[in-house]
Order: sequence, then structure tokens, then C-alpha cells
Amino acid sequence: MAEVLVYVDHVDGAVRKPTLELLTLARRIGEPVAVALGNGAADTAATLAEHGAVKVLTHEASEYAEYLVVPKVDALQAAVEAVSPAAVLVPSSAEGKEIAARLALRIGSGIITDAVDLEAGDEGPVATQSVFAASFTTKSRVSKGTPVITVKPNSAAVEAAPAAGSVEALDVSFSAQATGTKITGRTPRESTGRPELTEAAIVVSGGRGVNGAENFSIIEALADSLGAAVGASRAAVDAGWYPHTNQVGQTGKSVSPQLYIANGISGAIQHRAGMQTSKTIVAVNKDAEAPIFDLVDYGVVGDLFDVVPQLTEEIKTRKG
Amino acid sequence: MSLRIVVTVKYVPDATGDRHFADDLTVDRDDVDGLLSELDEYAVEQALQIAENADDAEVTVLTIGPEDAKDALRKALSMGADKAIHVEDDDLHGTDAIGTSLVLAKAIEKAGYDLVVSGMASTDGTMGVVPALVAERLGVPQVTLLSEVSVEDGTVKGRRDGDAASEQLEAQLPAVVSVTDQSGEARYPSFKGIMAAKKKPVESWDLSDLDIEAEEVGLDGAWTKVEAANQRPARTAGTIVKDEGEGGKQLAEFLAGQKFI
Ligand SMILES: Cc1cc2nc3c(=O)[nH]c(=O)nc-3n(C[C@H](O)[C@H](O)[C@H](O)COP(=O)(O)OP(=O)(O)OC[C@H]3O[C@@H](n4cnc5c(N)ncnc54)[C@H](O)[C@@H]3O)c2cc1C
Ligand SMILES: Nc1ncnc2c1ncn2[C@@H]1O[C@H](COP(=O)(O)O)[C@@H](O)[C@H]1O
Repeated sequence: MAEVLVYVDHVDGAVRKPTLELLTLARRIGEPVAVALGNGAADTAATLAEHGAVKVLTHEASEYAEYLVVPKVDALQAAVEAVSPAAVLVPSSAEGKEIAARLALRIGSGIITDAVDLEAGDEGPVATQSVFAASFTTKSRVSKGTPVITVKPNSAAVEAAPAAGSVEALDVSFSAQATGTKITGRTPRESTGRPELTEAAIVVSGGRGVNGAENFSIIEALADSLGAAVGASRAAVDAGWYPHTNQVGQTGKSVSPQLYIANGISGAIQHRAGMQTSKTIVAVNKDAEAPIFDLVDYGVVGDLFDVVPQLTEEIKTRKG
Repeated sequence: MSLRIVVTVKYVPDATGDRHFADDLTVDRDDVDGLLSELDEYAVEQALQIAENADDAEVTVLTIGPEDAKDALRKALSMGADKAIHVEDDDLHGTDAIGTSLVLAKAIEKAGYDLVVSGMASTDGTMGVVPALVAERLGVPQVTLLSEVSVEDGTVKGRRDGDAASEQLEAQLPAVVSVTDQSGEARYPSFKGIMAAKKKPVESWDLSDLDIEAEEVGLDGAWTKVEAANQRPARTAGTIVKDEGEGGKQLAEFLAGQKFI
């Protein structure tokens, strides 16, 4: 069976969930071969094997942490040359898309970004994308070279599918461009203890209606009662009430959870672009005319300062 | 020595309009009003600030697009850019990101540059890959997705806020930079700026000016193919209740029914 390369997004050996979803999709097309780079690369193997990786190609070098993007492109190109895969799948993070694009150009292949689904087709994998703020769904295919496709988080289920996952060292020689952009400092995000926004099954968001940084504790309390991640509209972020890393929408994160709860958010097109593919959508807004109500499965027209705390209490009571 | 800055800007259909696809499955650019992509205004702004802080600098705005795309150039000129280049050719219709990066790279080389400044993503395609592709083609450092940027003594520095960490980046010019909407509000064109823009030079180039063959670009030259585009069915109308004291409890009941609690 044809091999499919899967680029592994990991933090010091801990594999992030979107990569496991890619393994599920890769198995629809062929045999997943994972590529793990940088510090802790070999530590990813056990998890990847459990989820279907037949092989894990690893390479550790300080360049991956010291220079932007290009060292990873060099390595992925080396992997493509070693394996001659049927496709290359990369998680759709900002960095993932840049890596994938440069790889595609180098190997003379077309690129599809932000796929939300992937199937095998007669002429190669067919990717589903959600475009124009999720008002259209397209099906596309790479028509030249080895398809390079980036896939959004929450596009497939994580499935156990034990495979060999044998670790092999990848031979990489860095290009002249590899050391072009130096990373001179890095401040890791502080963990909030809440799920990762793009990976969470439930997202609870607050917008301008939350009316102040201190009031976001109401949104956080609801999120915690559901084990959810916290999101924010750009209006709330621009006002300085919540960090930009939590922004949902066109210029923030795109989320596709099982449940999205929008509180005090009007539902502007740029916000919808980042949440419209959520399975179930719920909104609390005091304006019955707010466009967010066009999207909801359940909406409450009311003051969030009344509705949200009551909801949180009720959830706590029901959960016991 | 003058710092030559090229800003790449895209003319896009208004996101608040009713965007759709044309019969050949390319983005329909006729039925919805177009404008300078809002995310490229941030690129123009940062380029102007970098130029203002340099001893001597020249800002050129560059777009690839149909006749109407001149509007995007005019807007950037009225914000303060010095001159503009419009790459227009019928054979460009349907060009994908890989092809766009080819045309941009050739045009940037022809124009001459020390620094390229791009937006974080176009508001229609939203791929966010063109700056990385242009850097790859030009063989210069990519310093992308910056929420803060500065240029001094031939070095570009910036802050990139990633998923896992916020990174400080540094590279030597020439380089390709892209900036996010966190980089600082874009200025509004002043009346004086709008008047001045009318006299600023706009050059028009076509594919032959850039030594690019028609087969390398356009819909037929694209390395990807859209096979189908379907409007997402409207979401089925949900239940909407008015809070009369029990709204939170009613919502909890709904969530329990959906097995979220
Ligand atoms: C290029 C570009 C990119 C953008 N990217 C993004 C993006 O990534 N994400 C994003 O979110 N936006 C983005 N925007 C901005 C977007 O257009 C909207 O301005 C923004 O989403 C509005 O945020 P909001 O809904 O919180 O605020 P508003 O539109 O002001 O809505 C606030 C809502 O809260 C309700 N409300 C007020 N008080 C209460 C209360 N006590 N109880 C209940 N409800 C209450 C109001 O009725 C209102 O509907 C972008 C814009 C542009 C031009
Ligand atoms: N047709 C175009 N003309 C000029 N610049 C473009 C064009 N397409 C993309 N760009 C630049 O590349 C950036 C990212 O675009 P994209 O990768 O399409 O999301 C934009 O913000 C622009 O700066």
C-alpha cells in the first residue's frame, strides 16, 4: 500500500491531538509514516504507533528550535525523497501551512490548506474545505505532483489502530536558507489548565457584551463547569479584556467543537468564519435581532449577567 | 542608501457582501464590490512606519488582479505609499497560490527591493501562505506573522505570537515580512493624501514584462483543482427563548437533552 507522510506537531515529545486526527485520515489513503523533528522526536513513537503509524522518521537538531520554518521544510523534503509518498499531510496551524506551502513549491506539487475532511479518490485524495466564512463547501484535489494537504483540527476522530511504529533516523542536510531567520527569544504560553481552544470539544466565548476584563470570570466559570476552552470575539480582545490567543474568527483561531456557546457576541461575518462549522451552536444575547441567532440551535434572548451564572449553577447542580 | 520596500496588496470581494463562485469555480469578482483587503492595510501601515523611521525610503505597492484592482492601489497610495505596480493579464484569471507567488516574486525582483511587506492572509482565499512562498522563491529570509516589526541597520526584527509560544525573530535584509492585525491600526487616508495619490505613478505590467509563460499561471496552470463548490445549507432554525427568569435553566435543559451535561 502507498505510504502517506504525516508531519507530527509535538511539544518535547508530547504529540498534539490534531496529529492523531491526521493519522485517522491518512489511513483512508494509505499507510501512515510519521515525521517527527526536534527535541523529543523519538518520544512521540509510542503514541503514533498506537494510532496507526507504521514508521516514525525522526531527526533531532538544535536548528529546529533556533530558526524559523525552513529547517522543518528541509527535513520534510528529505522525508518525501526517502519515502516517495502518495500524499503529505500537515496540521493546519499557521506554521504548518507555511511549512507545507514551501515544501509543495520545492517538490513541484500543488497545495490545499485548511481541509476539514479527506477521502481517497480515483485521481488522488479529495479534500473538503469550508470557504467564504463557511458559507460554501468545496471539494478539491491536487492536480500536480504529490498532494500536500493541511488539515484543520477536529476534522476527524482520533482512533486507536495499533501499528509497528518503528523508529528510523531521517537523514537531513540543511539548506542555505535554513538559518536565515533566527529565533532569538521564546516566551512559552502560560498554561491555563483549560483545553486547547482549537482542540476542545466545547468552547465558551465572550464578546463585547461581557463588558470588562473582570467580568470574563463569568465566562470562565461556565467554561470550567463544562470542561470547556474559553474564546473571545475580536471586540473583547481589542478592548484588552482577554488575550489575543483566545480570539475566535478570521484573524484568530478557527474552531469546530461539538458545542459552541457565544455570550454577548453579535455574530459578525469575521467571527462566524471561525466558528460556523461547530456542531451545536448556542447563544446568549440581549438583542433578539443579533445575527448570531441565525446560526443557533438554541438561543436565549436575555442579559448574560443573569443567564450565564444561572446556567453555570444549574450545570453544577446537575453534575452533582 | 535608500530602503526599497515593496508591499503586496490584494483586491478582494467585500467579506460582508454575498460572496460566491463563478461558473468556472473561481471566486466571483464581478457581483460583489471589491476593496483593498483589510488585512493588507496593516501591511501598508507597517511599511509606511518603517519608511518614516528610515533616513531614506521608498514604498511601492504591488498588486496582481483585474482592472478594478487599481482601486486597492489608489487606497494604498492615498495612505502614503510612493508608487504602485499593477500586474494585469487575462491569462492570470484563476491563478492559485503557487502561481501568484511566481508572479509576485518576478515582479518584486523587477521592481528591486530590500524589504517585502505582506498581509497575514487574504480575506478571500485566507490561505496565509503567499508570503512564505514568495520568500522561498526569492531565496531570502521569511519573517512572517509579526505582531510587532522594526527595521534598523539592515536587520529586521519582530515578534511572532505562535500557538505554543511568542517568539522574537531576527533576519538580515533583504527579507519578506508579513504582519498581523495585531501590528497596529492602519491610518485613514487624509484628504491631502487622496489628492496626492491621483498624481502618483501606477505602472502596468503584463506576463510578458515578467518573462512568464501563460501556461505557468491561470486556471489551467493551477496545481490544484476545485471540483465542486456548494452553498452550505442554511442551519435549520433553532429554538429561541426569551429569558423571563429561567433562561439559564432552560438552556441547561437543552444542553442536558443533547448530552452535554
Ligand atoms: C479584517 C477583519 C478581521 C476580523 N477578524 C475577526 C475575528 O477574528 N474575530 C472576531 O470576533 N471579529 C473579527 N473582526 C471584527 C468583527 O467584524 C466584529 O467587529 C466583532 O466580531 C464584534 O465583536 P462582538 O460580537 O463581541 O461585538 P459587537 O458586535 O459589539 O456585539 C456585542 C453583542 O453583545 C450583546 N450584548 C451587550 N450586552 C449584553 C448583555 N449584558 N447580555 C447579553 N448580550 C449583550 C449586544 O446585543 C451585541 O449583539 C474582524 C474584522 C475585520 C475587518
Ligand atoms: N493577487 C495578489 N496580489 C498582491 N498580493 C497578494 C495577492 N495574493 C496574495 N497576496 C499577498 O499575500 C498575502 C497572503 O495571501 P494568501 O496567502 O492568499 O492568504 C496577502 O495579504 C497579500 O499581501
